[in-house]
Amino acid sequence: MDWTIFSFLAADALQNGTIYALMALSLVLVFAVTRVILVPLGEFLVFAPLTYVWFLPAEVSGLNLKGQIPGTAWLAAAMLLWWAILDRANLQRAFFLLLSALAVVGLAWWGAQGVPLALGWILAVLVVLPIGPASYRLFFEPAKNASVLTYLIIAVGLHFAFAGLGLVFFGPEQFRLPPIWPGQTPIGLVPVNNQAFLVYGFALLAMVGLYLFFTRSIYGKALRACAVNRYGARLSGISPSQAGYVSFGIATLITCISGMLLAPLISPAYFQGFLLGLKGFVAGILGGLISYPLAVVGALLVGAMESWAAFQASAFKDAIVFALLLPILFWRSLRSHEIAEEE
Amino acid sequence: MKRVVVGLLALGLGLGLAQQAPLKIGVVVSATGPAASLGIPERNTLLLLEEQTNRRGGVAGRPVQFIILDDASDTTQAVRATRRLIQEDQVLAIIGTTTTPASLGMIDPVAEAGVPKISLAANLEIVFPVDEKRRWVFKTPQTEQQMSVPIVRDMQAAGVRTAAYIGFNDAYGEGWARAFEAAAREAGIQVVASERFARTDTSVAGQVLRILARNPDAVLIGGSGTAPVLPQRTLRERGYRGLIYQTHGVANPDFLRVGGELLIGTRLPAGPVLVFDQLPPDFPNRQVATSYVQQYEGRFGIGSYSTFGGHAYDAWAILRPALERALRREQPSNLAAFRRVLRDEIEATRNVVGTHGIFNMSATDHLGLRFNEAAVMVEVVRGSSGRLEWKLIRTFR
Repeated sequence: MDWTIFSFLAADALQNGTIYALMALSLVLVFAVTRVILVPLGEFLVFAPLTYVWFLPAEVSGLNLKGQIPGTAWLAAAMLLWWAILDRANLQRAFFLLLSALAVVGLAWWGAQGVPLALGWILAVLVVLPIGPASYRLFFEPAKNASVLTYLIIAVGLHFAFAGLGLVFFGPEQFRLPPIWPGQTPIGLVPVNNQAFLVYGFALLAMVGLYLFFTRSIYGKALRACAVNRYGARLSGISPSQAGYVSFGIATLITCISGMLLAPLISPAYFQGFLLGLKGFVAGILGGLISYPLAVVGALLVGAMESWAAFQASAFKDAIVFALLLPILFWRSLRSHEIAEEE
Repeated sequence: MKRVVVGLLALGLGLGLAQQAPLKIGVVVSATGPAASLGIPERNTLLLLEEQTNRRGGVAGRPVQFIILDDASDTTQAVRATRRLIQEDQVLAIIGTTTTPASLGMIDPVAEAGVPKISLAANLEIVFPVDEKRRWVFKTPQTEQQMSVPIVRDMQAAGVRTAAYIGFNDAYGEGWARAFEAAAREAGIQVVASERFARTDTSVAGQVLRILARNPDAVLIGGSGTAPVLPQRTLRERGYRGLIYQTHGVANPDFLRVGGELLIGTRLPAGPVLVFDQLPPDFPNRQVATSYVQQYEGRFGIGSYSTFGGHAYDAWAILRPALERALRREQPSNLAAFRRVLRDEIEATRNVVGTHGIFNMSATDHLGLRFNEAAVMVEVVRGSSGRLEWKLIRTFR
């Protein structure tokens, strides 16, 4: 392996690692606040760009959809409606949710009629975003104070449901999306896709944003309080369900935008989110699912391992990456008990 | 008098029904799941053929009924559907299924019950070697071995001396790796790298770098559907200037849509039906392929045809005359004996011209295709309308 190959591999590792880092951050955020390991995050990652494909003009996407509204809009609207029915006791909130459901379908209809690319981009994120918090309200909140295992089982079930719906909504094939910033810029020897710089930029923004959010804002401090001690946080007047919505909302937002920025580089299909999410999970585990900086380090490590494995022994690439989990889980189970203590 | 009339009516009705009892053919295809883009045209083709056959008076005056089941691209479901067709529906023969693993899984149930089966999947292992169980199994699609030969010949003609392979890390990619490496070795082309990637991968930079480090004259990408776009794009982005070959698994419009511009110049082997209108006038299956595509497009829309439906068409092109011959020798009511006779008659298939080639079966060859008629080389070009198209560049007759 000479210097050229090393620098190419490093560039690839950085790009993959950044995406895993964004996924890991979202997973850690949700887990810390709600004890949910959000497996369907990978689906959210691909839902947003696939929805965007439905908003693209026919000559860009190569499809003839005739103004068809993407299935994700119906899904989001249905989940919001269900949420409104569950919360009918609180009239004001139920009314707001009802309006949101209508707004989602309205936005999707507007997008499907043909809008400028930038507007369609934002609409796609807005349409998919409610699925996150609504998932918390509909599937996790009813199982209050359940064990981590129960939450995990619900999350896995949700993953299968969303993946199946993804197939129904978008079909089995991949799609091509236009990059926001086309072309390549050489960094040293390596030509880097300009779109990848947007991914890096967003990752930095998300990290700084989360840091400021958790240290400066009252919501962020409340979330941290929940993460440290849920019971104590409740005694101090922090609503755990509100904390759940906010954490799911932020995680979904980060994931959706990551997906939108990544999509032109990978040609997304409904099945591609899961593996990205899983590798983000491996990265999060490196930090015990509680430490943000360790999760980011873990993500870059996973990316590097993956690039190296793809170069050295491509047939065993994923096996090598997931085998990384074993020694870490073993080491952590010897050293720490913070997850077990919660139950 | 009245009683006689009623009796006669009943007799007439009974005879009519006896004549009308349809010949039941079981069909298993992957109409949903990952292989759906292959299975749906197969199902559509068989629906079309069933309707057409019955409109033209059926087979030897008897209507046919295709009982079509979906296996959702899953081996377990394919086996379950096969058992159901054999036991509950008492079918005479089975066509299916779309994928190689599921087709292999169906061998046991059809061999146990003694039902002839025509598979629509690619792998040679489905029909080779013809043993106690595979006696009952036939297939219509070209094997990887047959498709490797045209690629290697085209490489030779282009002066390629070193080649690299990158393919799926599943049965499809492994099958192609073995077939291509064997064919290349025979032709004196050195395979300098053999890499794998997963259908679900979002980056293949590592594998591509390894290939670039060896600097091969040509690269073959062994994948199907739209996933093979990723290695091709990575190769081009990383500055690879050599020839890129794909396999017939990408011969679908979605591949062109996802890949776009960067696919121009890609070469692949394909069944002749893909470029039916560009075949030379004396190409033996030109007429059959053209008429099939016209029928299919007439029903399902212009540009809707794919090579995969052609495999289903060929399966019926073999089964139909075999049924006619078997009906002369045995009654379908004598089910076990009829299935045996039907198997012998399928094996006796000679000179059946299908959409993908000319079928000549024998006791040792349950596919019966030669690559000379069954494969052509095509290239992705920008057509006169500005859209990407397949262009015929080489035939092997």
